[in-house]
Amino acid sequence: MRNLLGLCCEKCWHSPEKACEHFIQCCSEGPLCHHDQECIDNIKLLKKQLRYEEHDKPIIIVGMGTCGLASGAGKVKDAIEAELKKLNIEAIIEGTGCIGYCAVEPIVDIKLPGKDRVSYCEITVKEVSRFIQTTIVEGKIYKERLLGAHGNTDPDVKQIDKDPFFEHQLKIVLANCGIVNPTSIDTYLSFDGFKALDKVLRLMKPEDVVKEVIDAGLRGRGGGGFPTGKKWEMAMKEKADQKYIVCNADEGDPGAFMDRSLLESDPFRVIEGIMIGGYAIGATVAYIYCRAEYPLAIERLQNSIDLCKQYGLLGKNILNHGFDFEIKIKKGAGAFVCGEETALMGSIEGKRGMPKPRPPYPTKSGLFGKPTVINNVETFANVTSIILMGYKKYSSVGTATSKGTKVFALSGNIKNTGLVEIPMGITLRDVVFKIGGGIPDNKEFKAVQIGGPSGGCLPESVIDTPVDYESLKEVGAMMGSGGFVVMDQETCMVDVAKYFLTFIQEESCGKCVPCREGTKRMLEIIERIPKSYKNNGDKMSQLQRFKGIVHLQRLADVIKDTSLCGLGQSAPNPVLSGLKYFKHEYEEHLYERKCSAGVCKELLTFEINNEICTGCGLCVKVCAPGAIVGEKGQAHYVVEDKCIQCGMCFETCRLDAINVN
Amino acid sequence: MVQLTINGIKVNAEEGMTILDAAKSVGISIPTLCHIKNLEPTGACRICAVEVDGMKGLTPSCAYPVQEGIIVETNSPRVRKARKTIVELLVENHPQDCLICVRNKNCELQDLSEQYGIREHRFVGETKSHAIDISSASMERDPAKCILCGRCVRVCHEVQNIGAIDFTNRGFSSIVTTPYNKGLNVSDCILCGQCILVCPTAALREKSNIKAVATALYDRKKYCIVQIAPAVRASIGEEYNMPLGTDVTGLLVTGLRRLGFKKVFDTNFAADLTIMEEATELINRVKNGGALPMFTSCCPGWVKYVEMNRPEVLDHISSCKSPHEMEGAVLKTYYAKKMGIDPNDMFVVSIMPCTVKKYESERPELKEDIMPDVDAVLTTRELVRFFKIAGIDFNDLPQDQFDNPLGESTGAAAIFGTSGGVMEAALRTAYFKLTGKELENVEFEEIRGMDGVKEASIPIGDMTVNIAVVNGIGNVKPILDQVQSGTSKHHFVEVMACPGGCINGGGQPIHQKPEKVMKRVKVLYQIDSTAKNRSSHENESVKTLYKEFFGEPNSHKAHEILHTEYFDKKKLLRS
Repeated sequence: MRNLLGLCCEKCWHSPEKACEHFIQCCSEGPLCHHDQECIDNIKLLKKQLRYEEHDKPIIIVGMGTCGLASGAGKVKDAIEAELKKLNIEAIIEGTGCIGYCAVEPIVDIKLPGKDRVSYCEITVKEVSRFIQTTIVEGKIYKERLLGAHGNTDPDVKQIDKDPFFEHQLKIVLANCGIVNPTSIDTYLSFDGFKALDKVLRLMKPEDVVKEVIDAGLRGRGGGGFPTGKKWEMAMKEKADQKYIVCNADEGDPGAFMDRSLLESDPFRVIEGIMIGGYAIGATVAYIYCRAEYPLAIERLQNSIDLCKQYGLLGKNILNHGFDFEIKIKKGAGAFVCGEETALMGSIEGKRGMPKPRPPYPTKSGLFGKPTVINNVETFANVTSIILMGYKKYSSVGTATSKGTKVFALSGNIKNTGLVEIPMGITLRDVVFKIGGGIPDNKEFKAVQIGGPSGGCLPESVIDTPVDYESLKEVGAMMGSGGFVVMDQETCMVDVAKYFLTFIQEESCGKCVPCREGTKRMLEIIERIPKSYKNNGDKMSQLQRFKGIVHLQRLADVIKDTSLCGLGQSAPNPVLSGLKYFKHEYEEHLYERKCSAGVCKELLTFEINNEICTGCGLCVKVCAPGAIVGEKGQAHYVVEDKCIQCGMCFETCRLDAINVN
Repeated sequence: MVQLTINGIKVNAEEGMTILDAAKSVGISIPTLCHIKNLEPTGACRICAVEVDGMKGLTPSCAYPVQEGIIVETNSPRVRKARKTIVELLVENHPQDCLICVRNKNCELQDLSEQYGIREHRFVGETKSHAIDISSASMERDPAKCILCGRCVRVCHEVQNIGAIDFTNRGFSSIVTTPYNKGLNVSDCILCGQCILVCPTAALREKSNIKAVATALYDRKKYCIVQIAPAVRASIGEEYNMPLGTDVTGLLVTGLRRLGFKKVFDTNFAADLTIMEEATELINRVKNGGALPMFTSCCPGWVKYVEMNRPEVLDHISSCKSPHEMEGAVLKTYYAKKMGIDPNDMFVVSIMPCTVKKYESERPELKEDIMPDVDAVLTTRELVRFFKIAGIDFNDLPQDQFDNPLGESTGAAAIFGTSGGVMEAALRTAYFKLTGKELENVEFEEIRGMDGVKEASIPIGDMTVNIAVVNGIGNVKPILDQVQSGTSKHHFVEVMACPGGCINGGGQPIHQKPEKVMKRVKVLYQIDSTAKNRSSHENESVKTLYKEFFGEPNSHKAHEILHTEYFDKKKLLRS
């Protein structure tokens, strides 16, 4: 038996043209239409093989998500294949997605027959032969790269669940990521795949599905936090000849890669969620709007859609329940604003992606003027889990108003960068220090930026805030889509505000005045802050520098109040939260022209320590404006007026005689 | 009905009405910039934002429908702060040269700045800089003055269905321009100027020909003649604060004479002449199997549209020149000879409600022997500017009459300026030509009005003539599709590129007063209903012209002087 489509024998006739409503059930309990012990055993065996539970050859699983590939997983996989060929060993080599511990990729798992699956991290090409020798040939643990075992049969081997990175996470949505082969529909089916869809089609009416999602308390994971069930209910109630359901996979926030990982590592889960949503609201066509910068995700999605069609899980009369459904992929074209739902719909319609006023809301009149529901990738993945486990179990996780888990993309100055899934309600402190492992190089924690350009920077004083929609809003940030950037003391908050404002200005669609003109003016005001007195020009522009700060609050208020879409409305957030929590830093830049973090180049002063300087003259040679003077053999001196803060002298000096303030 | 509270006043509004309209109904005015009546609200400028109790942020009143029980504040400190800041942001990124700008004193940004008391430059910074596009013969585009309200884009896309300009780039570099920022002259633009009529600033304006006209007027060698389109007399009074719909023909004649024109003629004369030629041409085609339906050719925007998009249909268009071109041609041949003037010394100026006429007058095929039929075209707006420069106080002028012989006209000529007018005029004469009898009722109600496509079947003798009138180039596609697929049942189709006809042309006075179109149209129908002669074939001076010069309509001489040809300009766009 090769795959679950053929199922057990000729008695099974399920195909896309002639669907059998028991197909999914048979995949786990089958066969149902006839009793044959051999068939039962065949199905059981295939499933065990797909789940890596029953095999006579060693299985090697290489993490091939974008994070793994970027760390060299492709080359490692090739090296492993070459090594096995050299040693004439037969083994099954498969790729998997991202397990979330991106900081230690490439991750390679070894599953020996009868033993637990063991994960190893940071495998390099150089050590592949030693690695294979130890794990495959000798069947031992390769201790120097051990991450953990998936199981506790051997008490001497550290369990991966006990690793502090994984211990505090709760994997619901990411359960399959880094575990299964994302290109195989049979694997997905053997891991309870499409059971939720089957349950919905067989046992639930659309209203029941909607009620389940409402009772589960699922809120939109794209950042808005709008109750998903309520949105579905509004669309379900509309009467129309055509409805659409759209998956927003545009993920434009800098530093966010949750959706990318999910789509690369477990695309079928997302597709199943979209189908359940389509059934609930009465849509027969779905669009997945995926940004073009995610070619691997698009490839995996297309592959999944094609396989679903082959297995009769997409198309006409799915599972013989009269449910027609098709999914189209629409690629984005490099616009952050197209993550906004009305701009996204405009983009699908072939127009320039510019938001439109609401009402009318998309649930009433959306794509092509028809009732449309738009949800984020992670939201759809949650839907599948909710149907599988039931609303009671799902809503037991999280807080009173924020149910379930949230996936965050940890990045920045943190030891364990990667993808984590945490139950709502755990504190920021736990995420940064317990899961994230704290700040590398013994530096100090300064702030964490949540929510991308729409969010705010939260300092140590509020680090015990629980992660849920309301609490984060109260402290001036927002959940956002899951971007979580940690900053240490060498990050300048003025620079951070400048970075996000620059991003917003470049991505603003230009339609409405407050965003197009207002964010430009805000950016100009912020840009003037870290300017050296040398570059400040005449008295007029010096006056502008101070005037700008005075008017900053007014400008921010109006932009927030009047912008057409979320991009503009949240554009002032980085500045406002910066002013709220790091006012002293702004004042230091403004009045003392000093940057304590050492980031704003124009405010740095380079000084030569004349007790260390031997007058070797190396720095003079690399100083382009000729700002260093001194006699050979005598301590040299930096002429501040001429210094352009390029830092070449600092890098050239072999005696560390140059201080940067 | 829905009841809501606006500024403490209880307002009863119809369901589906916007807060903006509901406020207006009780005398509360909220400023707008990107709003165009009868088009879907776009919510771009945010200036109409008001405070609605319970909603986060401010709400755009132009887009939000009234809800039962909502409490709205249109003038709270929060609203005023927002409105003022938005205007300040617009003013800041705008060239500060009001004093030398063509829209000085008629600019919506000036109005807003004055209304909201902008007194300082709060947010100083980079200003946008773009080159001015002077590539076309009719219009100039000045993106530096553009405040990106988007009205021009929407009119071009949603009303005219052409889409020659659109938003490009993002953020601060946003600009409204043609594809690849190429000149208008190689874009899809037909120069109808509807965008100019909705532009709040001077970002879009016509090319000015005042200098050429002034130079000719002060050149002793030149014999300057001027002609006025029907639509001008119905609208120019608006620029002098006269009520909408005032007929100022008599004042116009005086004013033009005082500018120095030797003769002041009426384009309406040539409109009658055009009907003689066109009706004859139509009857010819019907009788002898020519290309049907025949399309009118008096609208140069329509002709340009066909040349650029559907050159296969060009042979359906009447070969008649447009009225003002015919008048210029008659002036430089018949009249020049009659008066003993060297046509090279003649300088013919047309005052038109239209921007495309400038392009039309420069078409090479309308320059007989390197001598143009019309030397310069001035829009209604340009004439007003010229009057100002010349110190002519329009309001205090005595009345005067057109010169002859090119001053006599019938009622049929007057209605040329409105949609359906050319068709009505043609029917009156076609009926007479085919049956020898006069129409009992010369008014065809079924083809008057603002509908996009008006169709009728008119019994003429033992024939039934199927006609259609297309009001606005945005509505022409189905008719053209029928023609190309061979399924058209029409004999004669009138097409006006500007919605409403020439009275709403791109050269007309710019303001957003409602009913401007209807009031102007009324003037023309009034002139028609009170005219001595209401059909073109009754024009005595036209009869004389044929007797003395052309012989009969469509004669060889008439074809040489009064008819023209068209060209395939599709490849212009492919380059």
